[in-house]
Amino acid sequence: MKALHQFIDSNVHPLFKEGSKLEKYWPVYDGFYTFLFTPGHTADGKAHIRDGVDLKRTMNTVITALIPTLLFGMWNVGYHHFNAIGIDATFFEQFLFGAIKVIPMVVVSYAVGLGIEFLFCVIKGHQIEEGYLVSGMLIPLIMPVDLPLWMMALSVAFAVIIGKEVFGGTGMNIFNPALLARAFAFFAYPTYMSGDKVWINTTGTEGMMAVDGFSGATALGEYATTGISQYSALDAFIGIIPGSVGETSVIAIMLGAGLLLFTGIASWRIMLSAVVGGVVMGLIFNAVAPFALSAEQQAFMAVPFWQQLVMGGFAFGVVYMATDPVSGSQTDTGKYVYGFLIGFLSIMIRVFNPAYPEGVMLAILFMNTMAPLVDHYVIQANIKKREQRLALKTATA
Amino acid sequence: MADVLVKKEEAKDLLVDKQPKEPLFSKKNRKLLNDPLNDNNPITVQVLGICSALAITVKLYPALVMSISVLFVMAAGNVIVSLMRNFIPNRIRIIVQLVVVASLVALVDQVLKAFVYDVSKELSVFVGLIITNCIIMGRLEAFALGNTVWKSFLDGIGNAFGYAWILLAVAFFRELLGSGTLFGFQIIPDAWYLANGGFYSNNGFMLLPPMALITVGIIIWVQRARNTKLIEE
Repeated sequence: MKALHQFIDSNVHPLFKEGSKLEKYWPVYDGFYTFLFTPGHTADGKAHIRDGVDLKRTMNTVITALIPTLLFGMWNVGYHHFNAIGIDATFFEQFLFGAIKVIPMVVVSYAVGLGIEFLFCVIKGHQIEEGYLVSGMLIPLIMPVDLPLWMMALSVAFAVIIGKEVFGGTGMNIFNPALLARAFAFFAYPTYMSGDKVWINTTGTEGMMAVDGFSGATALGEYATTGISQYSALDAFIGIIPGSVGETSVIAIMLGAGLLLFTGIASWRIMLSAVVGGVVMGLIFNAVAPFALSAEQQAFMAVPFWQQLVMGGFAFGVVYMATDPVSGSQTDTGKYVYGFLIGFLSIMIRVFNPAYPEGVMLAILFMNTMAPLVDHYVIQANIKKREQRLALKTATA
Repeated sequence: MADVLVKKEEAKDLLVDKQPKEPLFSKKNRKLLNDPLNDNNPITVQVLGICSALAITVKLYPALVMSISVLFVMAAGNVIVSLMRNFIPNRIRIIVQLVVVASLVALVDQVLKAFVYDVSKELSVFVGLIITNCIIMGRLEAFALGNTVWKSFLDGIGNAFGYAWILLAVAFFRELLGSGTLFGFQIIPDAWYLANGGFYSNNGFMLLPPMALITVGIIIWVQRARNTKLIEE
């Protein structure tokens, strides 16, 4: 490794340096170089050092935290596929099938997203920022497995260009890019993003087709339309329910959450308050369920509050999306408010509007918009408090 | 006697405008036409009239009808207000302008109802809302009140075209990507659609107003990237 590093430093580096032939592509080279090796830059001004990790290392930690959900998602895709077409398959076969389905999604997501990012960096001549590394992994995990790849590519392009580059690149975006990609696909191609046909791949192997009228609705979809679900809370907790690739297993998500909290990368304030918000809304629904307008809605409202937390994308959104440090609130008090409202609104949207079972996506995007406002009031309140304290001090003195 | 004649000649000289007559399409007048198309576009630079630009650009045909209506109202309104500009009391000028525009819009509305009833229904309230279109009020107030009839006419036409081409550009992309048609004719082959075993699907987001706003935003982005005059410090 060291030899490789030295070789690149002495042989490849000069090719891209200022004044050389490939100078224009320096951002691309620099992006790969600093991704693989810790760069030798030192700060030339006064620096506040809090930690030895830079953005690329942070991003890698989040990707590591996503691996459990990715692996589980692959297996889950295969498991439901073979279940649907009625073939007994070994664990390995299930996993292999899922991998064949999911890996192209990951590849397309990265190829399109990074391609656009590199293009912008070369045109604008600034350093490549690594913000897309995490989004690129998140996007395949929050899409249904049957989504045509070009639709995903288009969603990725929309998210990167409209969601990020127009605002000035990594760290400037108002919305979480991964969620923006999902929202785009959701509104652009609703038939491929919701309903009961898209969550399970039923294309038969060797001419085998799924039983006619096979319904692969998610647990949430079933609750929203009929008020009952064939999946138990335990199924949802383990993750053997249909859904977007990576969102189903709460256990896998909790593993990732553990890593994020242990390394201090994700905010525990947001996660905690979002869960509290979900619980509060769930309890309110439990309490008012007898007054619901329709029988289906009553049944959905009566779902125990703790079961709401393990269904759908709630856990995934709260752990990986709501804690996005760029689009979320920055102040500590703000994070509590921000997280609480995300949890609260997620459950509210999914119960009140059966057309949008994935309330967590809309709730987070909505709170992304509100985050600066929340921060503003937190800061103003703090200023007011300190002014009062000062007035008190000068009055007594 | 000769003295008197000379004096008369002098008086005549004083009466007649000595300035050389400006050609109809002088550089200045051409600027009135061209400026609103790019450098001073009412939608992308002044950001006026956005409301209708978002609402009626789902399909090209209604957008075209809307553009023509606005073109008529703007040109005629500018001419009429310019004709009356010396008689309008300053204090009630907005009311006078509104009366002029409102009468013209009522006229347009009736014509649309008579000849293109379907489109008129589709445009619904937005024809009536031409009255409050900021572009029209803005041009009357800022230009027609202080300029000659011919110049006001050119200004009206220019701004209406500036409005129209953005409208049509947005509607072009929205109809092509959202419905796969242009002016109602199928452009994307039927066999391409996923339902028929192909690979393609219309983008439903394009039919929603947010995408119109984003499309206008992209046009502004491209325009500013090409036109360096527009870049702010």
